[in-house]
Amino acid sequence: MLKNYFKIAIAVLKRRKFFTFISLFGISFTLTILIVLTAFIDKVIGDNYPDKKRDRSLYITRIQESGDNNMMSSTLSYYFLSHYTSMMKTPVKVAISSMFKGTNTYVNNKKIAVNFKYTNADYWDVLDYDFTEGKPFNKQQVSNADRVAIISEDMKRQYFGDVTQVVGKYIEADNVNYRVIGVVKNVPVTNYMLYSDIYLPYTVSKEDYKSKGYLGGYLGILLANSPGDVPKMKAEYENIIKRVPVERKEFKHLYSHANTFFRSYVDTGNEEHSGVFIVVTAISIFVFIFTLLPTLNLVNINITRIMERSSEIGVRKAFGASSKTLVYQFIVENLILTLLGGLIGIVLSLIVLSAINNANLIANLELSINFTVLFIGLLVCLVFGLLSGVYPAWRMSKLNVVTALKA
Amino acid sequence: MIRLQNIEKVYRTDTVETLALNSVSLDIAKGEFLSIMGPSGCGKSTLLNIMGLLDAPSKGQIRIDDQKTEGMNDKQLAAFRNKKLGFIFQSYHLINDLQVLDNVELPLLYRDTTAKQRRELAAEALEKVGLANRLKHFPTQLSGGQRQRVAIARAIVGKPEIILADEPTGNLDSAMGNEIMEILLNLNRNDGTTIVMVTHDENMAHKTHRLVRLFDGAQVQ
Repeated sequence: MLKNYFKIAIAVLKRRKFFTFISLFGISFTLTILIVLTAFIDKVIGDNYPDKKRDRSLYITRIQESGDNNMMSSTLSYYFLSHYTSMMKTPVKVAISSMFKGTNTYVNNKKIAVNFKYTNADYWDVLDYDFTEGKPFNKQQVSNADRVAIISEDMKRQYFGDVTQVVGKYIEADNVNYRVIGVVKNVPVTNYMLYSDIYLPYTVSKEDYKSKGYLGGYLGILLANSPGDVPKMKAEYENIIKRVPVERKEFKHLYSHANTFFRSYVDTGNEEHSGVFIVVTAISIFVFIFTLLPTLNLVNINITRIMERSSEIGVRKAFGASSKTLVYQFIVENLILTLLGGLIGIVLSLIVLSAINNANLIANLELSINFTVLFIGLLVCLVFGLLSGVYPAWRMSKLNVVTALKA
Repeated sequence: MIRLQNIEKVYRTDTVETLALNSVSLDIAKGEFLSIMGPSGCGKSTLLNIMGLLDAPSKGQIRIDDQKTEGMNDKQLAAFRNKKLGFIFQSYHLINDLQVLDNVELPLLYRDTTAKQRRELAAEALEKVGLANRLKHFPTQLSGGQRQRVAIARAIVGKPEIILADEPTGNLDSAMGNEIMEILLNLNRNDGTTIVMVTHDENMAHKTHRLVRLFDGAQVQ
């Protein structure tokens, strides 16, 4: 039975080449976009280099103070993070780092754009950067405000060219020379909390990291002893925040949260309400609309295709096919079509992903198809097949035999 | 075998009511070869469709092999047609995307058969109509007469007790028409298949056991 359906499905596809092209193009193109999108989201959220201890970490990325008519929201000051987290008992370590900032440097009179970021010494314990040479700076070097730097592999290649060892050499950033003490594997820029080309001790910062204002350019990562301690750590931070006085009279509330990676990553900047819901809803609506349009298109094409075969429907009914059997046949045929489109989509995705990777549009981002992405892709195909096949098949099966044979 | 009682068929549109069949009653015995004649639009095909359970009458009763057919649902009707009835149409209604053998197998798809059984039975039926050497051809590669023979093979592959043929020779020249008629007569003679045939051709009609004439939806002979 299935073999027969398969034969006729392929024959029908071959017969109307233009319709087949439109259908397959719709399915494969949509699938390609979705696979690339999923690969991107999966890489951004799922890839855990260099924060391999995500399951026992909480991220503090913003602080917000608000009054009746005004509101201030920003990343935090070094003082705020170090002062208030030092009161906490649950975290075993606290990584504090600034957001990356851009500057320019020159190699042989050639301008290179460089991103740098300041960190404390614990940053290197909380996070698991892979060092290809050298090692991180320690507490002593930080308190001495030593001009030392850890650079990314990309930076090494750009600044020093193809040399094997760069530890001990000097690199210039923001008009200051730093001694390179370590080289780490690249972090994609999409992991904006941890990405940089150059990492420096926060004590060499020209900005006043001792200022007691709450708002500044820093982020914090709290590391618990075990995943089980994370809720306790979160509660502890929230409790401390409740007791922190607002900075100025016009403010009434102060908000800051220690969140999981995903939640902090998609935070919209409003600390009073989480941005997760908005982000997830926005992505879902986007995906829904994106799959709805080609599905409607397919429904339309399928109705035309099926109605063209009214004589076949009539004959099948006359010789003993019930409406249900026919619905089943047309759904199977449609699934064959969508799976074919799916295969083309996957091949297209591989091409697009490798093109994106080669073009290096996003710094250090290597996209790939993994099982999650593939599974979601196939699921989308299946949903396509069912959604676009069921309605036309149902309409067709209601066709009167005599009318069908006359058409 | 087939008993029609006071069959009426009315086609309704918003403004017009057309009486296609007016109180037709007919008894067709097992093994009988009956032909139905009449001018175009007199209701011949409608009557055949009603006998084949492809269309429902507006009034009246149909019994086939002593079974009441009123009240059967879509699934029951489909199963009943599959088992008891075979159809031959004037314009063959073969599926052009499928090879001859696959076309003939079609009724068996809706029965509990294996692929091997289906192939064997279809090949046997094609041999019976003299097309044993055309199994892998597509319908479009065949002549009209050959196509109609494929359609006959499809109608008989499930060994139905009744064959309903709607102008089976209507699209064929007289030589080919005669060949087809010969096959039908043989089926009736040798296998005892009950055949009801709608035709415009007096010569063909006179070869059958009985002739029924319709005029304006009513039986006149």
